[in-house]
Amino acid sequence: MTNDQQPTTGNQQPITIGVLALQGDFAEHKAMLAALKIRSIEIRSTKDLEGCDALIIPGGESTVMMKLLKETGLDQSIIDRVRSGMSIFGTCAGAIVLSDSHLKLMDISVERNAYGSQLQSFSDQIDIKNIGSIEATFIRAPIITHVGQNVSILATHNDHPVLVQQGNIVASTFHPEVRSEMAIHQLFVGCLHY
Amino acid sequence: MASRNTLGENLAAMLKGGVIMDVVNADQAQLAEKAGACAVMALERVPADIRRDGGVARMSDPLLIKEIAAAVSIPVMAKVRIGHTTEAKILEALNVDFIDESEVLTPADPFDHITKTDFTIPFVCGATNLGEGLRRINEGAAMIRTKGEAGTGNVVEAVRHLKMINKEIAGLKEKSKTDMRLFAQTERIPLELLERVREMQRLPVVTFVAGGIATPADAALMMSLGAEGVFVGSGIFKSEDPAKTAVAIVHATVNWNDAKIVTEASEGLGEAMAGKEIEELEVVMAKRGH
Repeated sequence: MTNDQQPTTGNQQPITIGVLALQGDFAEHKAMLAALKIRSIEIRSTKDLEGCDALIIPGGESTVMMKLLKETGLDQSIIDRVRSGMSIFGTCAGAIVLSDSHLKLMDISVERNAYGSQLQSFSDQIDIKNIGSIEATFIRAPIITHVGQNVSILATHNDHPVLVQQGNIVASTFHPEVRSEMAIHQLFVGCLHY
Repeated sequence: MASRNTLGENLAAMLKGGVIMDVVNADQAQLAEKAGACAVMALERVPADIRRDGGVARMSDPLLIKEIAAAVSIPVMAKVRIGHTTEAKILEALNVDFIDESEVLTPADPFDHITKTDFTIPFVCGATNLGEGLRRINEGAAMIRTKGEAGTGNVVEAVRHLKMINKEIAGLKEKSKTDMRLFAQTERIPLELLERVREMQRLPVVTFVAGGIATPADAALMMSLGAEGVFVGSGIFKSEDPAKTAVAIVHATVNWNDAKIVTEASEGLGEAMAGKEIEELEVVMAKRGH
């Protein structure tokens, strides 16, 4: 896909990607989608979710997001939508939300704040399968401690999986959105199933 | 690779849309986390008590900060006195996630703020106007919070400082090259930084509000004025029902644009903290630092 083409749904409507906006760096994800010329909306309720074709769960605090997801009923709505085919992408806290500790949408286990506190936050080059080398930023990041057989590991850092894909579900423990690193969002948009 | 400063700005981005709560012990920290705080500020006394007690307010006991850090999984911030580089070194050694160089404590250096670029841990600093905010950013602050007037339960200064910064940023568009140079010179900030702000039409780092936010409606008001998140100090643990007030302020912050949710959040909270008129204060904390 090039930046000039607007991705469309099966019936040729331009797609809308929702960005969960309960807390965290959702504005950065919206800016990435805008750069890819994709319409995006902020998701704070189950009603908002009806208006999107795919969903991104941003970085932030997973404790805050999970609390608000449960209170709004968005947790179950997201599970239902993903089970019926909606694509979803989670970065950092978003990956934790998708893991077997919470929404169980992806067959991965994660350890929160596994590197330590902010002093252990870092950026480094990683190699992504079929894409190449990018600079990845890890902020109080989780570590993926287990991946199921149906999960592909697209990138690792010091032998830990940092970018994983299970069909149309993608998770990264780093933040492509803070470096305006388009490759991962393009990869996600490329795997939307319509 | 990203500098320590950039990584600090990135952590600030992850806090956006959230509420950072002042806590004085591990129990309060857990209550804050459970209520949906995106970070806690560990300190010995909330600002309202610092006001009441008077005397010199300093960095908290490292042991207290350790206990609070051990009690929660969310980021932990702690305060140092303005210009107190050694207190900041202690917090760095304690491995906190963010250091607040704060006017709520008694200033330690009448001349200079901490050179924050010397540190591996990010700083958040207070500001009452654009020049002050940019001086702090130039010294290496990775996040700005408007000062407001801490410990008063009175939101008026928080509104004043946020509006002042927003107005000054908008006003940069009208400034000639000479005026820009003059402003940068008067405010002791690099012209390039000021030009960047004129271009971006916002501060180049995440901007929260602080100082006097006491109710869910206060938090929602500040978000509607463009705040990217809120610090609540005395407003929670000086209210009648801290657990309920904490949850309510989180809801109002996230859903600031939905009057129905802010209304529900405001219902049946009991007494908010007692407020104070700014004119009657013995100590105006916002005037500390420069």
